[in-house]
Amino acid sequence: MSKELIDAVVDMREEDAVKIAEDLLNSGANPMGVLDDCREALGIIGSRFAAGECFVPELILAGEMLRQIATLARPRIQQSGSAPQQKLGRIVFGTVEGDIHDIAKDIVVFMLDINGFEVMDLGVDVPAAKFVEAVREFKPQVVGLSGFLTLAYDPMKNTVQALKDAGLRDSVKIMIGGGQMDDQVAAYAKADAYGKDAMAAVTLAKGWVGAK
Amino acid sequence: MPKPADFDKLTPAQKLEARLAAWQNHEGIEFADKEKENEYRFRAQILADVVKLRKPARVPVLIATGFYPFPYAGYTCRDAMYDYDKLGKAMMKFHADFEPDAVASPGLYGPGKAFEVLDYKLYHWPGHGVPETTSYQCAEAEYMKGDEYPDFLKDPSDYFLRFYLPRVFGALEPLKELPPFTNLQELPFVGPGIFHFGLPHIQDALKKLMKAGEISLEWFTRVVEIEKNIITSLGMPKFQGAFSKAPMDVPGDTMRGTKQILLDKFRKPNEIIAASERCAQLMLDMGVRNSVWGGPPTVFFPLHKGADSFMSPADFKKFYWPSLKTVMLGLIKEGLIPFMFVEGSYNQRLDIITDPDIPAGTTIWYFDKTDMKEVRKRLQGWACFSGNFPSSLLKTGTVDQVRSHCRQLLDDLAGDGGYYMVNGAVLDEAIPENLHAYVETVKEYEI
Repeated sequence: MSKELIDAVVDMREEDAVKIAEDLLNSGANPMGVLDDCREALGIIGSRFAAGECFVPELILAGEMLRQIATLARPRIQQSGSAPQQKLGRIVFGTVEGDIHDIAKDIVVFMLDINGFEVMDLGVDVPAAKFVEAVREFKPQVVGLSGFLTLAYDPMKNTVQALKDAGLRDSVKIMIGGGQMDDQVAAYAKADAYGKDAMAAVTLAKGWVGAK
Repeated sequence: MPKPADFDKLTPAQKLEARLAAWQNHEGIEFADKEKENEYRFRAQILADVVKLRKPARVPVLIATGFYPFPYAGYTCRDAMYDYDKLGKAMMKFHADFEPDAVASPGLYGPGKAFEVLDYKLYHWPGHGVPETTSYQCAEAEYMKGDEYPDFLKDPSDYFLRFYLPRVFGALEPLKELPPFTNLQELPFVGPGIFHFGLPHIQDALKKLMKAGEISLEWFTRVVEIEKNIITSLGMPKFQGAFSKAPMDVPGDTMRGTKQILLDKFRKPNEIIAASERCAQLMLDMGVRNSVWGGPPTVFFPLHKGADSFMSPADFKKFYWPSLKTVMLGLIKEGLIPFMFVEGSYNQRLDIITDPDIPAGTTIWYFDKTDMKEVRKRLQGWACFSGNFPSSLLKTGTVDQVRSHCRQLLDDLAGDGGYYMVNGAVLDEAIPENLHAYVETVKEYEI
């Protein structure tokens, strides 16, 4: 474990973090260990975010740092043939039909991924039928519906209904989130819960799959 | 009343009084009848009262309106941007049926055809990238590259003409080849400085700009007419006057985009601060220049990148607030009222925005999702405040829920004046009965 790397990521020192990771990898450190350090740092950042001590920019920069370090580590993982990490569960995620906003969705997908979930990201402006198809094929435990605008209320409701019509509703827990969403909208859409931010989404998903 | 000849010599407080009086006395507006004129005066009076932190005869109720009038009238969102007859009919029906205390602008939707001619990239709009039944949405990208801050800082107008506009309007891409206008110095410089305007592809870009201008002029003429009809036939004042932006939102919203500006906070902090300072005077000029004598003396700011989730209070103080405060103080000096629409929440900023340099009764703070009880605690007696009626309730709640939430907000907030009711986010969707209940509950409330 490299405390130096963890500190650099947590302290948002982007250049330092990437340089330290690169040096570690070049000196023969286990690439999975380097990524585990990043994950630990992300865990600290996530807790700080949940406590209101850091904010969306920190999550975005953490994502950028991890992306750069993962790019460096990936070829070495393939060489060493390390086993992939055991996932907590599968999640299908997307911004609902008619809404093209992706920033919040990307942050939530990233935080779910870093917290051990296998996430299928369907992108933005996703029709209900595409959610149904993804749930049928990917067999997730959780579906996440993102939307920024009030115009997303009905597409969310329609997506939940489409999953019900396809006989898939009982196989998944559904969370919603985004700009103008709240508990009221979750009830309207017949989703299982509303999450106010990325860490709330992680907590909900972990609760549903029985993970700590 | 006409603008006083000695207006420029008045104090900021006198300027504000003169502007408010011209608006309340509906300078240049003729009403359908005396009753409508009285209704206008009553509404303008209760709005002026809350701005001046007085107790109004009753609490004003506004509807922050997005595309809702169009589905309500049986039209699509696309109609709002393409069919000006439907624009007029829908806006009139909406105001006549729900009777809010101020006019929702028919100018919000823009001329779709002009955007097509210009090949506008920055937004997707109904029928053009998003469904015809959906509002327009910003398609963010790095229209200003990360290493271009110095170019923008050197000369923002030149940067807009030759870099930014050719990127956000596909039809204007050839303008990137133009030399700067500041090249046009002495006689020998003129020929080399303007021959580009003879090139066919640049002429083609300018022709498209002229075409878009013609379309926009027709649209603008109709919008003014529609708005005037609503004001005179329904006795409703406008409450939103001019428009400006927080200086940091200029690079943040449409030039760098949300993700990049938030990363720039770590990677290019000095550039963000320099760009915000550079934009302060531009945003102040825009607010002053677009204010119309006789119109509402407010300058509306949709605030974006300074919200709670986007930065810490310390960063808000460092990056967002100083240049915004400069613009606000500049407007107040001109007798104009900064009308701040806080999108997202400002729960962690209330002690920063209640800045002792900003005089009491000179600003309006309209909140989307901020805790309104805290707002009252901090802002009461200092600034007019409003907002945070959940738009979700208007679409997904029951009439009883709407009434009870309205009453709760009024009980919590309205008692001492300086407050009006408005929904937190612009309305694209609602159940008509809920919207009626919302307006009626506020109008029935006695303070």
